[in-house]
Amino acid sequence: MIGQARDKPFYRLSKYHAENMNSCPWKTAKYALTRFTPEGDGMKLYEYKAKELLRKHGIPVPDGFVVSSSDQVKELPGPVMVKAQVLIGGRGKAGGIKPADTVEEARKAASAILGLNIRGYVTKQVLLERRLEVAKELYLGITIDRSRRGLLLMASASGGMDIESVPEDRILMLPMDPLIGYQGFVGRRVSGFLKLGKEQKTQVADIVRKLYTLMVSEDAELVEINPLVVTKDGKVVAGDAKVTIDSDALFRHKEYEGLEEDLTPLEAKAKELDIAFVQLDGNIGVIANGAGLTMATLDSLNMFGGKAGVFLDLGGTDDPEKVKSAMLLMEEADPKVILLNIFGGITKCDTVAKGVLEAIEMKPTSAPIVARIKGLNEELGRDMLKEAGMIPASGLSEAAEKASKESLR
Amino acid sequence: MTVMIDKKTKVVVQGITGYQGTYHSKAMRDFGTKVVAGVTPGKAGEKVNDIPVFDTVADAVAETGANTSCVFVPAPMTKDAVMEALDAGIATIVVVTEHVPVHDAIHFVAVARSKGVALVGPNCPGLAAPGVGKVGILPSKIFMKGTVGVVSRSGTLTYEIVNAMTEHGIGQSTCVGIGGDRVPGTNFVDVLARFQKDKDTKKIVLVGEIGGTAEEEAAEFIKAHVTKPVVAYIAGRTAPPGKRMGHAGAIIARGRGTAESKIKALEAAGVKVARIPTDVPELLR
Repeated sequence: MIGQARDKPFYRLSKYHAENMNSCPWKTAKYALTRFTPEGDGMKLYEYKAKELLRKHGIPVPDGFVVSSSDQVKELPGPVMVKAQVLIGGRGKAGGIKPADTVEEARKAASAILGLNIRGYVTKQVLLERRLEVAKELYLGITIDRSRRGLLLMASASGGMDIESVPEDRILMLPMDPLIGYQGFVGRRVSGFLKLGKEQKTQVADIVRKLYTLMVSEDAELVEINPLVVTKDGKVVAGDAKVTIDSDALFRHKEYEGLEEDLTPLEAKAKELDIAFVQLDGNIGVIANGAGLTMATLDSLNMFGGKAGVFLDLGGTDDPEKVKSAMLLMEEADPKVILLNIFGGITKCDTVAKGVLEAIEMKPTSAPIVARIKGLNEELGRDMLKEAGMIPASGLSEAAEKASKESLR
Repeated sequence: MTVMIDKKTKVVVQGITGYQGTYHSKAMRDFGTKVVAGVTPGKAGEKVNDIPVFDTVADAVAETGANTSCVFVPAPMTKDAVMEALDAGIATIVVVTEHVPVHDAIHFVAVARSKGVALVGPNCPGLAAPGVGKVGILPSKIFMKGTVGVVSRSGTLTYEIVNAMTEHGIGQSTCVGIGGDRVPGTNFVDVLARFQKDKDTKKIVLVGEIGGTAEEEAAEFIKAHVTKPVVAYIAGRTAPPGKRMGHAGAIIARGRGTAESKIKALEAAGVKVARIPTDVPELLR
């Protein structure tokens, strides 16, 4: 990491983002990071929030409540499970889920789980909910299917475990034609595949319909009920729930406003500027515009033995003001070398260069800067930067080679 | 011949009175495109760069015979705008707007496909055919007329690679930026099929990225249907892996989606894969 290499403090991403980069809430970051992760980048909801949504849409969930300290537990709806509310899987194995029969036991379990670090996430809230008498565990989920350009409904009778480890022939994968939408046959196909009793079939088909409605009307990009529990008395209830909301649709879901994470000053600035800010483990600070170009810059550095320590992606823009802000932000991150790679579309290169020089003037840096700007008036821009003592480069390879060399010095 | 754009292309710019619409309608015209109309509700009768503005796409089509639309309207209104173009009988639609809600994209992409309309995007730079015209925001000066078809999921990286080709004297027949969104109106396979048929395209460059399985599907298609030489670059070989919470993505991907998987699939289909973008011109020789 840059901070370690230079023996100076480094502005880190908050734990939430560092551990879970694909849930970055900022727009540009989101845009960049969609491409790093197969699952998208939307806003993940805690289990209890996801279950509130299920309840709103009429899908049965166990009675329960959330607390952030153990003395908030006053009475129980019956025997309960105490469950850590964290945005990462593997809670059970990490000791984040415990049973309790009495208030005394529930408080004890809650204090044990609150503050627990689960794969990098500190538990701040626990959900206490009525324990289910499990007869059978199913899986039900809807996600975005990029290849078929629509929704994909998935169901399996082997719920409760990592669905990835379930053999493919035991998962029903039902692509949904957007022009057909949800029709009754969809629910019948799912409940038929799951080989359920008559009463459960009706309940499951109903849940499938409601889950589809939730997916579309709440602008979700993932809804997953795993396990979907068939209880010993024959009821079908959501045991756990994961919901991710499409962050591009938040403009029509004002209810999520203010649901944001604690940000470090640097992150807050990046967010405000709509710049993707991602920490890696090298010592070169990369500023580029566009997710693809940023990734290509990292690949090129790697070819020459260099490693990026942080990157700022401005998105597909070459706005000189944004370049300037990014430079200032990058200097705060204090990398050993800065590599600037801007491919101009609309703006002239001399204008971009002017922005860079203004940033340097405002806050001089000791890090060598390798600058490569491409587009209209590039010779002029390059000369300006060269005059200011930066290392100019005309091509991507040349820039990557020079930056790598500087970083290994 | 070119792909998705030709001499008969007549463009209507939806959202022409905005900054992007104004700037790029002129840039498109300067590149040789016939930009015949603009649409901004409530601004009928105005002119932008001497291009007449209409209230609706239907009016623009009736008055000017526009057959292609370039959409610059803000994301919350994009679905309405695209559906309007589809309803008005537009044959090719390029959606530049980014941050379009995925459920909106699913809906209008499905309608476009059912109507046989070529829809590129959302969140894409558009298409350019040097000597013919461009629809979208690709910078004009990087292009040179030639015989290589370029298809890419990226924006600025496309410019980087096209620029490198031009600097090495390798021109392009058509360049299609399909965009990086999860639900693209046009994908690699759609464009590869067109390039394979296009007489003026002799070689193909495919620019992909990590995530999704579009490159793997392209590789399968190339193996079965493409006889022209293909050179590819996949961005993100050294990008950090993200962490996941749910498992739905992993079920679909089943180990695909990484740079290694994509490169392996493409190489197995006979595609030459560049390690860095600047190697692409070399591999085209």
